[in-house]
Amino acid sequence: MSLALARPAAGTRPISPGLLLWSLILAVTLALALLPLPYPKWLSEVPRAWRLGWDKDVSAFLPWLVEDASFGLFSFQELTRAISWLLAWPLEWATALFATGLQRGQGSAAVQVLPPMPWFAVVTAAAMLGWHRGGRGLAVLAGLAFLYLAVFGQWASAMVTLASIAIAVPLGVAAGLLIGIAGFRSRRVAALITPLLDLMQTVPIFAYLVPILFLFGFGPVAATLATVIYAMPPMVRITMQALHAVPQEVKEYGVMAGCTRHQLTWKVLVPAARPSLLVGVNQVIMLSLNMVIIASMIGAGGLGYDVLTALRRLDIGGGLEAGLAIVLLAVALDRLSRATHERAPGSDRRFWILFALTLLGLYLLGLLLPGIARYPEAWTLSTGPFFADLVGWINVHFFDTLEAIKTAIVLNLLVPVRRFLTELPWPWVVLVTALAGWRLGGPPLALLLLGFGLFIVFNGQWQNAMLTVYLCGVSVLVAALIGIPLGIWGGLSRRAWRVLEVVIDTLQTLPSFVYLIPVVMLFRVGDFTAMIAVVLYALAPAVRYTAHGIRQIRPMLIEAGTAAGCTNWQLLSRIRLPLALPEIMLGLNQTIMLALSMLVITALVGTRDLGQEVYVALTKADTGRGVIAGLCVAFIAITADRLIQTGVARLRARGAVA
Amino acid sequence: MAAARPVKLAASGIWKLFAADGAALDRLGPHPDDTALERAGLVAGVANANLAIGEGEIFVIMGLSGSGKSTLVRCLSRLIEPTRGQVLLDGQDLTRASPAELIRLRRHKMGMVFQNFALLPHLTVLSNVAFPLEVQGVGRAERTRRAREMIALVGLSGREHDLPHQLSGGQQQRVGIARSLAVGPDLWFLDEPFSALDPLIRREMQNEFLRLQAGLKKTIVFITHDFDEAIRLADRIAIMRGGRIIQTGTPEELVLHPADNYVVEFTREAPRARILTARAIMRPLDDRIEVAGAVDAGAKVQAIAAKVESATRPYLVTESDRPVGLIDRSAVLAVLLGREAMR
Repeated sequence: MSLALARPAAGTRPISPGLLLWSLILAVTLALALLPLPYPKWLSEVPRAWRLGWDKDVSAFLPWLVEDASFGLFSFQELTRAISWLLAWPLEWATALFATGLQRGQGSAAVQVLPPMPWFAVVTAAAMLGWHRGGRGLAVLAGLAFLYLAVFGQWASAMVTLASIAIAVPLGVAAGLLIGIAGFRSRRVAALITPLLDLMQTVPIFAYLVPILFLFGFGPVAATLATVIYAMPPMVRITMQALHAVPQEVKEYGVMAGCTRHQLTWKVLVPAARPSLLVGVNQVIMLSLNMVIIASMIGAGGLGYDVLTALRRLDIGGGLEAGLAIVLLAVALDRLSRATHERAPGSDRRFWILFALTLLGLYLLGLLLPGIARYPEAWTLSTGPFFADLVGWINVHFFDTLEAIKTAIVLNLLVPVRRFLTELPWPWVVLVTALAGWRLGGPPLALLLLGFGLFIVFNGQWQNAMLTVYLCGVSVLVAALIGIPLGIWGGLSRRAWRVLEVVIDTLQTLPSFVYLIPVVMLFRVGDFTAMIAVVLYALAPAVRYTAHGIRQIRPMLIEAGTAAGCTNWQLLSRIRLPLALPEIMLGLNQTIMLALSMLVITALVGTRDLGQEVYVALTKADTGRGVIAGLCVAFIAITADRLIQTGVARLRARGAVA
Repeated sequence: MAAARPVKLAASGIWKLFAADGAALDRLGPHPDDTALERAGLVAGVANANLAIGEGEIFVIMGLSGSGKSTLVRCLSRLIEPTRGQVLLDGQDLTRASPAELIRLRRHKMGMVFQNFALLPHLTVLSNVAFPLEVQGVGRAERTRRAREMIALVGLSGREHDLPHQLSGGQQQRVGIARSLAVGPDLWFLDEPFSALDPLIRREMQNEFLRLQAGLKKTIVFITHDFDEAIRLADRIAIMRGGRIIQTGTPEELVLHPADNYVVEFTREAPRARILTARAIMRPLDDRIEVAGAVDAGAKVQAIAAKVESATRPYLVTESDRPVGLIDRSAVLAVLLGREAMR
């Protein structure tokens, strides 16, 4: 596709064989889908007898792992129990500190020995950190965000969430750092890690919730573990990149100073890479918060659980309030951690002493006056009814308009695209994909894509996969139609970009679930709702990359165009857009990745694609089904990624030659 | 001159091939030439380099970028493994030293200064200078004392608690120098230490460097691509091209007896008056001629030019108070005017 786009409309030039080939393929595809040909049934989904049944194998593998597998010295089950135990005690302490207080005894017989941090101590701590890291503005932002949690009655849940984040983030950072260092030191380890990271970032989260559920049971420990696994990959990647980016001379200096290997890593490389590593920490924090709602499906509790139950009950106000609490937590932690890595390093022992003393003082105050240690219920506000009324009012007054928009789009866009894609026979689609791989990346890519296609077909997921492609494709199309013009605007006008940047930064900070709440309220469940949520979630990279692509064009080229007498429109269409095309394609690639990850979450609002398959598998704890469907999503993602990346590489190479 | 000093660092037959191992080199015999290498598809960063550096000598390795000078110095310090060859430091073969032994040698015997300073961005000036001592496990009080001493030596007292990014380029390199001297090394590697600095600062740092060395008497391997810098600082210079050392000698030897046209090109613009000595331009003794006075044979032309030029009679050139030749104003003028007439 990228090839066809890049080719200028041939006027007098002879038609190239590539263009001819793809026109032919397009014609055949249209004919196959639109002509009422009598296909045998196996062309749309292979019969059960032909399937590989790998899902059963995976399902059988896990019980074997739990019951029989052994590493000699210890069994697999002992390993999982050890991990559980290791995770459980810091988690208990963190929960005790923030949420429940130190308790003795079990269940209803539990007696509180020491109360948790009083709410005003946590708010003060957030404001102090904000002050120290970023000055007055950040202090006010962080303080208000936490104050919101108290005032709007989200405190108890928010502290449970904060406790799990407080454990998951350091664990994810430490594990990511160590694995990243291993990958940096040994090329063999790096070669092993990289494809694994690709897979981890493209397999939908739900898919590995199932095995975790199976191995570690339901509860905060399993949820924290899932969060760590989800949030860690970028830290590994960033660690490897950051260590490689340390100037060669600094590494050599470390060696010449007589550092041992250990000293070189921890005294030279890691501190020198600190600014980049902190970007990784920020990523881990954001992804952990992103995971809050999903983790609550396997027992995390806290704000995520509140959102999830509200969503299931269609309790609009409650869901929005808890969702907003997650957003505020995310914004506050994001800004705090970003301010940290933008600050120059320096000694701040005095601040930390003051910080610790203040917290201790406030904690003692809470002990002396237990009445105010817990935020008084009489002071809480709730906006829940207000939002419920608002949505109710919109639905009463605009129901017909909204319904008309929805119906029009469903009938004219969604349904035709879905029918088109699901009626194509699979051998043709798999073949064309492999052919595209061949043209762009040679035989290895063609074989890889062929393998992916056949995997999907012979695991009986073809129809589901096509539904995923359809929803993803339509969403990406809409996101591109909105995002690329916005990006062009932002690339051309500095003032526009200042506004757009805030908007897309905010969009990217929000946990994916939050998008679902208002959309469900307005449009109820279904493909249309899913599409809107996906578009909102996946819009940011389309805008960001396009704007970047437009802005990075050398001004000289624009001046040359102006000097040649181009109109503004010609400047855009003849110079800016063609030169920005590689960046725009990369932005679309990111949009596709985000759309696929969001699609799985929209399974909650009743889509019927691979995402639903994964979600159903999760609710039934059917490991094999979940893993296979999850891999199918990953393979679709990797297929799109490889095709676009190699296409862009070729575009760039051609640009360099020209 | 160099022969008088005991040898501190000697390298013989150093080869460094990129993306190839010793076996590939061995197949080509003991001393393959460039065409043989090219035919075998091998790229040599350093080809058959030999050096012997005396104790207390400033030895400059000079070449344009890509000539292999940085690669050679990294072979000498074993920052990279030479493909073939031997490096002897005080008679000990570095290429056979174990990792632990290398760490010991680097901690106590070697110091290195880098082109882009390579300061640790997260440490203050004081901690940067104390870092090599910290790595060795020297106690805090002792290493702070020694670091302060070094900082005073390079004239940065008062900036101990600044971070590297708060300093100018010249100041950063002063920290780099102080740091490399903190452990009291015998052997001091400087890899284009002043190339990233502005010309004026560079000149100031060269003087500073000569001042330091006058007190320290280290054995120095100094890398540069700047011939002016080389002749200002060097006792001896090795000129490299395409991975090979084409000539090693004092600045005067290079000017007087260039090994090939490449060296001629380099020395053409060199300030001869500051390189050549009276010995190089004197004519034979002639007892019949009356002299105006005496100059030492080792004196640079620049230093004696005014005296000789202003006198109508020639000067006697003496070596250890023994007359060895005569020098007159026309010989001095020839050097000052850059005429190609010598001897």
